[in-house]
Amino acid sequence: MMSVDAATVRRIAHLARIAVSEGEVPHLQGELNAMLAFVEQLSEVNVEGVEPMTSVTPMQMKKRQDVVDDGEIADDIVANAPATEGHFFLVPKVVE
Amino acid sequence: MSTATHKLLKGATGEWEMVIGMEIHAQVTSKSKLFSGASTAFGGEPNSQVSLVDVAMPGMLPVINEECVRQAVRTGLGLNAQINLRSVFDRKNYFYPDLPQGYQISQYQSPIVGEGEVIVDLDGGKTATIGIERLHLEQDPGKMLHDRSPSLSYIDFNRSGVALMEIVSKPDIRDAEQAKAYVTKLRSIMRYLGTCDGDMEKGSLRADVNVSVRRPGAPLGTRCEIKNMNSITFIGQAIEYEARRQIEILEDGGQIEQETRRFDPNKGETRSMRSKEEAHDYRYFPDPDLLPLEFSQAFVDELKAKLPELPDQKKTRFVADLGLSAYDASVLVAERESAVFYETVLDKLGNRARDGKMAANWVINELFGRLNKEGRDITGSPVSAEQLSCIIDLIGEGTISGKIAKDLFEIVWQEGGDPRALVESRGMKQVTDLSAIEKVVDDIIAANPDKAAQVKDKPQSLGWFVGQVMKASGGKANPQSVNDLLKSKLGV
Repeated sequence: MMSVDAATVRRIAHLARIAVSEGEVPHLQGELNAMLAFVEQLSEVNVEGVEPMTSVTPMQMKKRQDVVDDGEIADDIVANAPATEGHFFLVPKVVE
Repeated sequence: MSTATHKLLKGATGEWEMVIGMEIHAQVTSKSKLFSGASTAFGGEPNSQVSLVDVAMPGMLPVINEECVRQAVRTGLGLNAQINLRSVFDRKNYFYPDLPQGYQISQYQSPIVGEGEVIVDLDGGKTATIGIERLHLEQDPGKMLHDRSPSLSYIDFNRSGVALMEIVSKPDIRDAEQAKAYVTKLRSIMRYLGTCDGDMEKGSLRADVNVSVRRPGAPLGTRCEIKNMNSITFIGQAIEYEARRQIEILEDGGQIEQETRRFDPNKGETRSMRSKEEAHDYRYFPDPDLLPLEFSQAFVDELKAKLPELPDQKKTRFVADLGLSAYDASVLVAERESAVFYETVLDKLGNRARDGKMAANWVINELFGRLNKEGRDITGSPVSAEQLSCIIDLIGEGTISGKIAKDLFEIVWQEGGDPRALVESRGMKQVTDLSAIEKVVDDIIAANPDKAAQVKDKPQSLGWFVGQVMKASGGKANPQSVNDLLKSKLGV
């Protein structure tokens, strides 16, 4: 039976860049474990040799021709950005 | 052709062997992006080549570019690799400002191309075979500029979503020379195929290099990954430095920590990039927006039938058909443009079987030598393939001597013009008229009676006479005629 501990909850929150206070951790831990327990029911089914289903009806992935038919909409692209300059997005400095 | 022995590093306590594996990111040559219709052209205005898909606006769905699929298959075929008729796109999750989706669409467990191998050319005509683990398609992230403001990073998504091929080698590389040769060979193959332009300065080809060291034949050591190398020279330097660093730690009784490092070309050293607690956890899962990528064997066969001749095949053909040495052939085929130039010279030759090898010598020694000296590449050569071919015809048919040909080459380089007409107008023709040469031969023998007397005992001194006659004729006498005449006159 898969379950998460408090440390895992904090780690997942960090990876998703979601601020989680210490007080919220036990509650979230309970919720995540409940979800995992629900999904865990699937392991009762024997799927030995069964191909994973990727679509309900058999279909091929749609493909595009290699043509340029989009872009040149820099105003639209940055329209919702909190900070821009000369069509660049601006973000707090990140240097590794 | 022989298989290379690799270089071992000498430490204070004995010899060490390097084990190197590489991940090459090669930008796919296509007009539009992997999953959108925005242009891939380099150098556009910020965010002008971006669609709503590329910046992950809500409700946007990726649709795959079929040309990128063909390019990946072509590259796989060029690497003698397994082509997978069914592959799957996954989401590689990480949070960074250059990636608006919050995940990169990549391929994890089921890549489009599986195992293959590449034969790399080393010094002295030696070769090594490097295994390919896989090749998969993925999206390039955006570009961040950190130098425009002390507190802000500027982001341009023009590159975001451009198709990349990540080519992963097996850990078969054993020293820096092999590593450089491997990148050079991959680049060459992709440039022949037209699947990646290989422009490292523009970032079209970047390499992550995994380095570890061990005692020869011992189990694998812990590796460090040097990220984002975009120069073949730096790759060599980084490997040498990193291997030395690891050996020093191990010989001092320490342990190598698995980590990501960056190479600083100014200081010539590698430095740790990420702390351990920030280690990435990509949480891959199949992208629900994309069905598995499937195509038929017939699709692969059709692409295979239309592949151009690749460098290895060309090299083999040059050796077999024209009698070139393996080394000369590999020099000619290394860059596609050089091979094209040489083959154009061949096509124009009057007698390809007779002069093909001489043409190779001229291209490699005279032309490349001269181009290198002036820091030009083959596409900027002042002497065209047609002109060079004509010069070689003139030598081959005996109209001019090899020595005069060098003068003619210089004139064509400086002034241009039709070599045949130049030979005519400047009186450079070789003298084959025996009576004219005979006069010169007689004069020289008469002027050097002592040397003439010695020739019978020292036949090698005949060469001195040939030299004198050639000099006196301004290089225009036919060396074979001179030789024959001298032999009969001196009685050797």
